[in-house]
Amino acid sequence: MIRFLSVIALIFASFSALAAIDTYEFTSEEQRARFYYLSSELRCPKCQNQNIADSNAPIANDLRREIYRMLQEGRSNEEVVDFMVDRYGEFVRYRPALTAQTAVLWFAPAVFLIAGLLVLVVMLRRRQKVFKTAGEEHLSPEEQQRLKALLEKKPRND
Amino acid sequence: MRRGLLLLPLVLFLLMLGFLFKGLYLDNKDLPSVLVGKQFPAFSLPSVQAGEPAVTEQDLLGQPSLVNVWATWCVACRVEHPVLNKLAADGVLIHGVNYKDDTESARAWLRDLHNPYQLNISDPKGLLGLDLGVYGAPETFFVDAQGVIRYKFIGVIDERVWESDLAARYQALVDEAQP
Repeated sequence: MIRFLSVIALIFASFSALAAIDTYEFTSEEQRARFYYLSSELRCPKCQNQNIADSNAPIANDLRREIYRMLQEGRSNEEVVDFMVDRYGEFVRYRPALTAQTAVLWFAPAVFLIAGLLVLVVMLRRRQKVFKTAGEEHLSPEEQQRLKALLEKKPRND
Repeated sequence: MRRGLLLLPLVLFLLMLGFLFKGLYLDNKDLPSVLVGKQFPAFSLPSVQAGEPAVTEQDLLGQPSLVNVWATWCVACRVEHPVLNKLAADGVLIHGVNYKDDTESARAWLRDLHNPYQLNISDPKGLLGLDLGVYGAPETFFVDAQGVIRYKFIGVIDERVWESDLAARYQALVDEAQP
């Protein structure tokens, strides 16, 4: 039984690791790493929620071949990405470039976080103030006395 | 004033909800082409037809045209083909880019289903396709008389979409070319 399960597990493990691997020969480990980095950073134009490393669509295949060709030519990562953006648009970047149009995407999360923190701080401050003034001013000296008496009163042991 | 402030999170939430709801129905299949407004990429490729000279981007100049990217493996192209035949018969200038295809099958297709194309660019490796940002077929580029890409249509051109939208775009390019 355990052997059977482990075989099943192995099958699934191998599938996930072998998604769309081509037979490219790299001249160095560094080049291989860049190839995988670029093909996972770029989005497949046809199958929109996959990067071109994962996709088996013909276009993804072509684009991987193109990345490989450009790396062999000694182009930089930026040149490869720019090449793709020139043809397929900003869309192919999973990490959009920082421009006036995408500034909202980049900064909105931080703005929301800061706004949330500010609201929290203001509310806590206000609550603390209300609590303090209630304790000091809203009870007359008699009331304070009574409160003290009530608090000091021993609980009855029934 | 304070009551109004209490409602603020709710209003923000509703705004966000509306925004996301609209997003659900946005069709993002048709990517806006970055090539619109740019010169048709340079190329030099053989013709699909045997014995015809090689085609370059210079051959696209002079008259506005549609550049239709097609292939015999593309099922939708078969649906589109009769419409292109009809447009060509009506005098629309159409060029074909045979994209990542087998030239023999392409010739057979043009022979059997009629050839609506003025120029038949053969792009078996998809090199021009890559420069055009093609990611599927059929795709059709509207190129003006100066060789600038003015519009890109992704998918099958049928009579409805031609009548309602594309005819006017093509006519505008024709009018522009003849002052």
